[in-house]
Amino acid sequence: MKKECQECGAEINIPDDILVGEIVACQDCGSDFEVTSKTQNSIELKPAESVGEDWGQ
Amino acid sequence: MVDLCILYDKVRFEERSIYDAATKKGIKAKMTDAKSLTISTSSERQEFELGDIILQRSISHFRGLYLTACIEFLGMPVINKFKVGETCGNKLMTSIALAKHNVPTPKTYFAFSPEAAMEIIDRVGFPIVLKPMIGSWGRGVCLLRDEEVANMIIEMRSESDNALGRIYYIQEMVERPPRDLRCIVVGDSLIAAVYRYSAGSEWRTNVARGGKSENAPITNELEEIAMRAAKAVGGGILGIDLMEDKKKGLLVHEINNTVEFRGASKVSDADISSAIIDYALASAKK
Repeated sequence: MKKECQECGAEINIPDDILVGEIVACQDCGSDFEVTSKTQNSIELKPAESVGEDWGQ
Repeated sequence: MVDLCILYDKVRFEERSIYDAATKKGIKAKMTDAKSLTISTSSERQEFELGDIILQRSISHFRGLYLTACIEFLGMPVINKFKVGETCGNKLMTSIALAKHNVPTPKTYFAFSPEAAMEIIDRVGFPIVLKPMIGSWGRGVCLLRDEEVANMIIEMRSESDNALGRIYYIQEMVERPPRDLRCIVVGDSLIAAVYRYSAGSEWRTNVARGGKSENAPITNELEEIAMRAAKAVGGGILGIDLMEDKKKGLLVHEINNTVEFRGASKVSDADISSAIIDYALASAKK
């Protein structure tokens, strides 16, 4: 599936088996987007949360 | 049939891998966004469809920690437990737990004013390491090599808006090869061990800092220390980080509560996600 990047308008290729919550990156501008919903025909993205100071291990 | 819930706030390699391992085993795994949950003091367990056992996999330490407290309040089983997350998410509490259980760990000093911090640094000498009490991926970890830099960093920390930044966690500099060890402990087993090498001129070995992983042999000594360290903080699914001190041998310096294992899984033959699923299922049945 393909989606338009909300930052630069480039086309983002999204793997068919992606899960809600996974992050996709725009190959052109590097922006990260979180998959918020997914049906057979559509996929919704929102800008991913930026790295928090308490993130990671 | 056990229903498993994976709580995430961002589905990374690890959460995806755990989900795929569950699916492969025919286990019903539900992915739940931690950011979507709200709980009140009147909430009851049956209002939530979180399955029989919950794996807490939030990337945000505090979100994961306090959501775990809420889940435990509702009486639902969650891995890891709140007390484990609370200890591992705080380097001071981890050091205390390790020392209390006689697990070898670098000598660490705790100071509660900039003056006291400088006094320790002057007494112990350079080089010495200053770490934030809470934080990951090597952020804010400083190798102090001289008085001028130490004064500057301590002053910056003392002027910090963050109250926790004004508690000083100061650790002896461990003479080690340019690598550390990450051990993945799942329940009663040490599943995998990998060396993490610093990248280029970087001193820190965190994979998030570009560190590279290499499979490490699981020796009896490593297994014994890693398992004792896991037990000291309450057990569960943990990443035990160790350094190889040239004089003192293996020292545990950190324990990770929501262990990241992307680097380890690339170089280890162990099926870490499969072991996590088996452990979660066994815990649900207890």
